[in-house]
Order: sequence, then structure tokens, then C-alpha cells
Amino acid sequence: MKLFENLVQKVKPYFEGDGKLHRFHYAFEAIETLFFVPGTETESGTHIRDGIDLKRTMFMVVLALIPTLLFGIWNVGHQHFLAVGQYGGALEGFADKVLFGLGKVLPIVVVSYGVGLAIEIAFAIFRKHPVNEGFFVTGMLIPLIMPPTIPLWMVALATAFAVILGKEAFGGTGMNILNIALLARVFLFFAYPTYMSGEAVWVAGNPMDFIDGFSGATPLGVAYLNGASGLAAAQPFDYGLTSLIIGTVPGSIGETSVVAILIGAVLLLITGIASWRIMGSVVIGAFGMATLFTWFDLSFYQGVPAVTHLAMGSMLFATVFMATDPVTGAQTHTGKIIYGLLIGMFGMIIRTLNPAYPDGWMLAILLMNVFAPTIDHFVVQSNIKRRMSRAL
Amino acid sequence: MKKLSRGFDIKLLGRAENVTLNCDWPSLYAVKPPDVVGIGPIPKLSVDIGSRVRAGDSLFFDKQRPQIHFCSPVSGEVIRVGRGPKRAITEVVVRADAETEYKTFPVPPLDAASREDIIQLLLDSGAWVLMRERPFNVVPNPDRTPRDIFISCFDTAPLAADQNVLIEGKEEAFQTGLKVLAKLTSGRVHLGVSPTSSDVFTRASAATITSFSGPHPAGNVGIQIHHVAPINKGDIVWTIKPQDVAIIGRLFQKGIFDAKRKVAITGPEVERPGYIDTVLGASVESMLKGQVARDQVRVISGNVLTGSHIPRDGFLGLFDDQLTVIEQGNKPEFFGWLVPSYPRPSLSHSFAAFLKPKKEYAVNTNTHGCERAFVVTGEYEKVVPMDIYPQYLLKSILYSDFEQMEGLGIYEVVEEDLALCEFICTSKQPVQQILRSGLDLVRIEG
Repeated sequence: MKLFENLVQKVKPYFEGDGKLHRFHYAFEAIETLFFVPGTETESGTHIRDGIDLKRTMFMVVLALIPTLLFGIWNVGHQHFLAVGQYGGALEGFADKVLFGLGKVLPIVVVSYGVGLAIEIAFAIFRKHPVNEGFFVTGMLIPLIMPPTIPLWMVALATAFAVILGKEAFGGTGMNILNIALLARVFLFFAYPTYMSGEAVWVAGNPMDFIDGFSGATPLGVAYLNGASGLAAAQPFDYGLTSLIIGTVPGSIGETSVVAILIGAVLLLITGIASWRIMGSVVIGAFGMATLFTWFDLSFYQGVPAVTHLAMGSMLFATVFMATDPVTGAQTHTGKIIYGLLIGMFGMIIRTLNPAYPDGWMLAILLMNVFAPTIDHFVVQSNIKRRMSRAL
Repeated sequence: MKKLSRGFDIKLLGRAENVTLNCDWPSLYAVKPPDVVGIGPIPKLSVDIGSRVRAGDSLFFDKQRPQIHFCSPVSGEVIRVGRGPKRAITEVVVRADAETEYKTFPVPPLDAASREDIIQLLLDSGAWVLMRERPFNVVPNPDRTPRDIFISCFDTAPLAADQNVLIEGKEEAFQTGLKVLAKLTSGRVHLGVSPTSSDVFTRASAATITSFSGPHPAGNVGIQIHHVAPINKGDIVWTIKPQDVAIIGRLFQKGIFDAKRKVAITGPEVERPGYIDTVLGASVESMLKGQVARDQVRVISGNVLTGSHIPRDGFLGLFDDQLTVIEQGNKPEFFGWLVPSYPRPSLSHSFAAFLKPKKEYAVNTNTHGCERAFVVTGEYEKVVPMDIYPQYLLKSILYSDFEQMEGLGIYEVVEEDLALCEFICTSKQPVQQILRSGLDLVRIEG
């Protein structure tokens, strides 16, 4: 370790001041500070600083995503083998399923991080600012919200689009209006809809190998067409509530398992990194809306109870990992509650009332991203008014 | 009793025990213009190097308001005038006599004295500058009458001195001081006390007493003002610390500027933390003799959140009743952001240590990360027990929007009130520096 530290210190002068490689200073700094927290001391203001920094904060979110990633890897394999009629039991052929899943998921992760980080570092060099840690999380989120069959070049294109136009154009992490990962997904969703929705994209493998009569429709798709009875009758899958909670159903890579997502949610809530106000209010908004629709029988989803609605599709993943993005969400306490409630309500409205879109969370969150500053504006204005009226 | 729930106590090793330490009586004393806000950077000197002064003789005065004098806390010889950039005066140093000779001021009888007489005596003796004016935390303007005067009688800052200990033996002077202050304001003199405050504070006459409980910054006078009678646009309030009330009291009892103060010597690098009887502006060299083993330390006049960095032979600040010594944190740490190599205080629950809230830490000056744009939201609010949006206020300062700054409450805060935001900030933003730039902007141009 000491050896490594010496090596870093030895090459450092090349990247500083008049060094030969000074243009790459911020690229070097990004790598240096990844390995070593620098020995920088406080200069003005407080003499001591909290142990927390953005690297640790972002890493905690990545850690919270790991359960969904691991489950997703296995599930991609599991769904494939179900489709070809092999290893029907959850625990059968575990190694084969994981290997197959790794073969599909790992390249997507590598492409997402590779393209995103390359752009981040390039911008840091040209703009002469340090590399921000935000992409730690975005780079992991993007693969988890893709179907397992997504072509790698699309991942690269979507990542580049989202990072350049969604973030760097606005000035980098902390300045963006829209959630970067969702922007990547929405880009693909509208540019290449056949690769992002329908029945054929959720199970990896050659469709020629699949058993006869295999549809590959997600629980959401089945429930939309045939309601609760359709869910009960699904073959060869089991689309019961237990399967939805465990996550042994087709879907985007990271979104299927309620259990894995909840593990992440607990970590984010204990560490206080994600806002409980947002998470709670999204769930309440969505549950309330779903109950209302079921009550008045307005939904296309015949007889699907509200609880099943929460477990289906990308609802929970979006709630825990997307809506809680501190940069694009509302920033005031009151604002967060309003923001969350509206996401829950709009998401459920889009899901249940709009036949054109299979799921509403991506659109609901992006919509509310745009309105978050407005919500905060009113909350802050009320604080200002309170202060002004006190003066009279 | 006002219970404040938001805030954070940074638990550090090296709290001062209630013992009075003996050290050689410091021979050098300094008054430092940078300790105060609101006077020109180059005040006019009233003395030359080599001049003899008594305690209470003017060392320098403000050029714009020449009635505001900064006086020598001891008698002796002026030996040095420290200069900074652009010839700004950084300190005026006096070598003290063995026996202090005081300048005596004629004292008007307190009951009959007019407000003008009292102000004149405070200005002439140098006790005036021990008070501060809000908004902006500046030297009070003698031409204006404050709405109220606020005194916080407990300090919740990290390792702060126990005000009950500091005031011991000065009870009568404190009461006299309160009577003097009561004549300066058109409103009330407010004391903020805690459940553990001594009778000196809780039974004080001539004052309105409000009890507070809660973690730091509950002991900050700014927080207390916000909960008792917040500062609105156009309001002026003055603040002062209890020991300085006693200095004013002694001035009116004996007619001398007797600037004795007890200070707490604290911090994880101090071998025997305790209290020392000394005088305002004393050199800390003898106080630290035999107390600090390591070389790589930072000496802070004040606490770790708001104090100022001074050399080992530097001087206590004008308002400081605490000296803190912590280790320097200038070593890189391998994967320190992921697996910290030593425990460190944090508000964040991402460190398992949050399960042991009573643990005390040895801290250092490392920033534990680099400065970034604002990303995390809602964390500042956790440590500011006021109806205020700190992050919005700071952003309004960064884009210089006067109206927004006013609306968001810039008149109600000074650096110390948002110091915890700076400590906990994930993005390592210089919160106090940003706030001060906003305060100066509003004060000078607003």
C-alpha cells in the first residue's frame, strides 16, 4: 500500500502545474482521490469536517442497488431457462442461470459505466473541474432499468445522450433538471419502442428455442389484458403475489424483486441517504390511487388489488431509487411530500388509464422532476411571506 | 422551556474539567482588529511602538467612528504592531507590567446616569466593543438604540466552556452589568438559560429569562433570539457574553477596565484540560506549555466550529473564552471514504458509530473529502433549529439576490448559527464564508 502511495506521489508532479500531463490533471485527481482521501486540511470556517463525503454517499446507493443487481443476474438466467423448458424449480441449475445472467447483464453494466465515465472525465478535462461521483450511481441504475435483451450499442447511445444532454449541458452533477438514468431509458423508449416494450424483450435467448405457446409477457402486460384472472392463469410462469414479491417474473433487469428492492430501501433509510418523505408519499399516493380505481372499477386491470399493483412493474424500484434522487427531486421537507404524492398518483393514473404506456413511473417521475422546482418555490415563498408578515 | 430538537452535539475528547490550572502569567497581550466586523481594515493607532499604556488606555480606534476605542487590557509597553496584506493591522501587542496599573474613569451613579453618559463611559473604556450588533454581528452603532439585548448563558459548542464555571466569583459584577445593559435598550435584556444553569443566571434580576434545551446550536444566542423575538428587517439587537457583562459591571463598580476572563483549555491534544484565569487577549504560549506533546497540531482560539487558527504563541481572540487544540489531518488516507482508518464524528448514519451516540472522538483538521456542488438536500435543516431554509439562503447569496436573502432570513443568522451546516456538509461547501460574503454585501450595499 505504501508502495502504491509512493508511486502515486511520484507521478503526481506530471499532472500538476507545468507538468507534461497537466491537461489530464482532473482525470488523475479522480483516480487519486478514489484510492486516497487527500490530506487536505480545513482552511476557513470550521476546523473539523464530518466524515461523510459525496463518494461515500454515492457508494451507499450503489451498495443498496447490489441486491437488485445480483437478483437480476440470476433472474435473467431463470427466465431464460423457464422459457426453454429447463430447470423449472427456482433452485435448479443455479450455476447455469447465474452464468447465463452474467453473460447478459455484465456487458450492459460495463458499457454503461465505460461510456458514462469516459464522457464525465472528458468533460472534467475540458471544463477543468473535478470529476463528480454522481455517475457511480447512474452507471448502475441504467443497466437495472433495461430489458435483458437490449443491444449494447443502444445502452451506449442512451447513456451518452443522457449524460451529455441531461447533465453536462446543464453544468454537471448537482445542476441537472431530469434524472439521468430515467432520461436514458425514456430516450430508448421513444426512439426504439420495439426494443423497450412488448412481449418479446423481457426474456433473453433465441425465441426459436422457447417452448411452444411461450409468450414472455410481464405480469403487468398479462394483468392489463386479462385482469386478475389472467395473472392467476399465467403459464409457464407463476404470477401470484408471492412470485411478484420474490421477483421470479420477467421484467427489466433490476425491477422485479420486491425483496431485493426493500433490502436496498432499508439501507437507504437507515443511512438517511434517501428521503423517507419521498418514498413514503409515493407509496401512499400510488396505493390510494390504485384503491380508488379498483373501488370505482375504472381500471383496465380487472380485479387487480392495490397491493398487487405496488408489487408489479417498476413501481417500487422507481420509488426507492429514482424518485429519491436529491438533485432532481423536491428539496424542501413539505415539497418532498407533495412531490412524492403526485408521483404516486400520476404514475398510477398513467399505468391504469392510459393504454399507450405500459407503465407510468418513468414518465411520472420525469414530469415531477420538471415541476419539483416549482413546488419548492411555493414552499419557500410561504416561508418568505411568513417572515414578511411577522415584520408588520 | 423551549425544547429544540434539531441540532447535533459533536462529541470530542478533551472537555475541560472543573479545575483551575496554574500556568505562568502570560507576559504578552494583543488586541486584534480582525476579530471584529464593521470597522475599517486599517484603524487609526492611538499609540506608537514603545508607548506606555495603562489598562483602559486606547490602542486604536475606528477611522469612520472615532469614538469607538479598542483599549489595552493590561498596562505595559506597546512592542509590536502586526501588519497584514495592504498594511491592514492584524494585532497590537503589549508587554504587560508585573502589576497592572488601571486608568480610572469617573463613574456616574448608575441609577441617575443618563443613557448618553453610560454609552460614553463604555466607549472610552473599551468595553463597548465587547458587545455585538445583529444583524451582521458588527460593532454596535452608538447612535442607535437596540430593540433588545440578548445574552446566552450556556454554550453548547463542541467542548465549550461551562458558563457556570466562568461566572463563578463574578456574580455581583454580572448583576451590575445587567443593570447597565438595561439602560441601553428600549426593550428588554433577555437571558437564555439551560436546565443546568446556575442561580446567577436563572435568578438574575433586571432581565427576562427564557429556558432552552436541546443539542448544539441551542446555546447560540442567534437561535435563542429567533425563538424569543426574531429579528425583522430594520430591527437591531445587541448581544454580549456573560463574562463580558461582568467586565462592564466591574467598570461601573470600580471605574476601571478590568478585562479578566476565565478561559477553558480543551481539545483531544491537551493533556490536562481545565480552566485558566487570565485576561482578554492573552498569549496562549504559557498556557500550552507542557500541555501539548505533539508538534503537528492546530491551536484554535474558540471552538472547532467557529474559532480562529492562531500560532502556538498567538493570542486569544477578543470574544473567545476557549482554547482548543486538535491534531492536524494532513495525511492521505487509503480508501478513507470507504473504510475509515480511524473513527470520526459524523451526523451520517452511514457510519456504524451512530449506534454509539455517546462516544467521544479525537478529531483532526482533515476535510475528509473534496468540495463538490450541492447534491444532498435536507441535511442542513437537521442542524438548524430555526424556521429557515439554509440551502436556499446560501444559494441566494451565491447569486446575489438581495430581496431573496432578506426574505429567507439573512438578518437572523451569523456564521456561528450555520457553522454546523458547514461541518456536516457532504459537498464540503464553505458555508460560513458564503454567509459572511452575503452579510457583508447586504450590510455595505443593501
